Amino acid sequence: MKQYCDVLIIGAGPAGLCAASVFVNTNVQVIVLERDPFLGGQLLKQTHMFFGSKEQYAGTRGFEISNILQESVLQANNIHFFKDTVAAGYYPEDGFMLALEQDQKLHHIYFKKVIVATGASEKALIFENNDMPGIFGAGAVQTLMNMYGVAPGKEVIMVGSGNIGLIVSYQLLQAGVPVKCIIEAAPVVGGYFVHAAKIRRMQVPILLQTTVRKAFGKQSLEGIEMVSLDENWQEIPGTERIESCDTLCLAVGLSPLSELLSHMQCETKYVPALGGSVALRNQRMQCTNKDVYIAGDVAGIEEASSAMLEGYIAGVSIAEDLQIATPEHMTLLQKSSQFLQSMRSGPMGEKICSGLQKVEESNV
Amino acid sequence: MYKNTGYLSPQEYSSLMPEEERFNKGPVAIIECPECIPCNPCQQACARGAIQRFQNITDLPVINFDLCNGCGNCIAVCPGLAIYVIEKNYSPTTSLIKIPYEMLPIPTKNDPCDILSRDGSVIGKGTVVKVQKYSFNPKARVLWIEIPKELFKEARNVRMVKE
Amino acid sequence: MRIKEHPIIEWKEKKKVSFFLDGKPVQGYEGEPIAVALFEQGFKSISESLVYHRPRGLFCCIGNCSSCLMKVDGIPNVRTCTKQVKEGMQVETQKRES
Repeated sequence: MKQYCDVLIIGAGPAGLCAASVFVNTNVQVIVLERDPFLGGQLLKQTHMFFGSKEQYAGTRGFEISNILQESVLQANNIHFFKDTVAAGYYPEDGFMLALEQDQKLHHIYFKKVIVATGASEKALIFENNDMPGIFGAGAVQTLMNMYGVAPGKEVIMVGSGNIGLIVSYQLLQAGVPVKCIIEAAPVVGGYFVHAAKIRRMQVPILLQTTVRKAFGKQSLEGIEMVSLDENWQEIPGTERIESCDTLCLAVGLSPLSELLSHMQCETKYVPALGGSVALRNQRMQCTNKDVYIAGDVAGIEEASSAMLEGYIAGVSIAEDLQIATPEHMTLLQKSSQFLQSMRSGPMGEKICSGLQKVEESNV
Repeated sequence: MYKNTGYLSPQEYSSLMPEEERFNKGPVAIIECPECIPCNPCQQACARGAIQRFQNITDLPVINFDLCNGCGNCIAVCPGLAIYVIEKNYSPTTSLIKIPYEMLPIPTKNDPCDILSRDGSVIGKGTVVKVQKYSFNPKARVLWIEIPKELFKEARNVRMVKE
Repeated sequence: MRIKEHPIIEWKEKKKVSFFLDGKPVQGYEGEPIAVALFEQGFKSISESLVYHRPRGLFCCIGNCSSCLMKVDGIPNVRTCTKQVKEGMQVETQKRES
């Protein structure tokens, strides 16, 4: 079926929802594609209170933020949501985005501007038998526990002490699932101190300079072999030891889902500090293909608050391009850019800033 | 050091606490947030303005211990669960700590509990005096725990004792 | 294993749904993905690798990794980690010919 719109937004997580909200009370026709049967993206699994500032809903739990964001857009007549619909690819010769709804219905979507807010996927870790049932990405464990009320197992070992590893360990404890330990290859704890402190005072050890060598079990996971690493990240022979567990949770980083951007001939670059392959963009979140914008984790792995702010920035930038931007829009743009800069200004923002330097061009 | 262990050493947490005499003047809030992270809801939580206004969202929170009266309104606001209140002289032999708690089982008054230190060690036994709920964040309860006075600086968390 | 009580989340009462795994009756809840319903009933392995037939189960639970592909109502390679269960659904494990 052919669909026509002014603005196509791919992804209805925090970035996509905030971008869509810019067009409420306008005449701009917006189509939002979301491959899940529900809106909200990663926010729905987040039971912890968010950081940031009051304007970015600090102190509010992730799934509550999702409700707030959805409320602002679901009533708008000009914003059409296609749930359970995957953006399968862009066809440049014909100028449409192919979308597959519910695995059955094909749409050809013609648009003037597009915001790619497809988020990221979890990285895997390489070790023997890493494909065994019982080994999950951290996001999968969150989905099982927090969205469907299913415990992932009886005894968990978490790999990775970044914010996701620390937060998901805490959420496992809240769900009544014991976490035996967190193992971390680096010599320091990766995530925020306050997250680490919470689980340390709940008796969960963090084993630094430790990694998993091997998983074992008959039909599903029964245990792992761990090994210590030296300062050059090399295994120290003789330090191998076995720990039993029926669930191994890999929280080893996220990688932006940038494929659609290549379809639309946006220049991309591999930047480890941003998580992987990302599109070059200017400060308005506009890519080298001028009709394409990005927002959220697809632009570089960061936080939900950054995703929301980038969503607003991309939305208002398009409103400017379409020449319908109001003074309120411009204030939103200015405030969002300021907040984003402020959030990235501390030591926690160094990694992101070093990554952005490689992809942000003022003359893109 | 805390980046290597995930918990504050005695030196590190002492530097975030007031001088000894302040503990004898009534309850006081302690914010154990030593990293510059982009987060600032605590500064708006205090009705007495005891938490210094942030210039930048990544500023470290600073408490004016003389203005603070240990009311605990800031405890449930902190997304990192980093704030708690110490009342050293709750009674001649016991202190009181007010801590954020988001676990099951939900405690009730007079429940016994184990007291845990920052590194998770069990250091003593305590009793639940009160379970507070704040309307703006009902699931982050604040527990008032009575503890032996000698533990007032080390006690940081509790584990409910199974019957 | 269902989580019965949670300090933060309140789950709404959901309708039970009956469907079939390789012809045998199984249960799930409305709104739940097929793979989650199967996992909860102890079916940790729901697919196998192409060449070595290694058991595979849920990994990403979000539609990215392809460890959960099964045949659903005759359609092969459905991502069961996101496809919701429906009453009477026919779910089949896919045996790979290498």
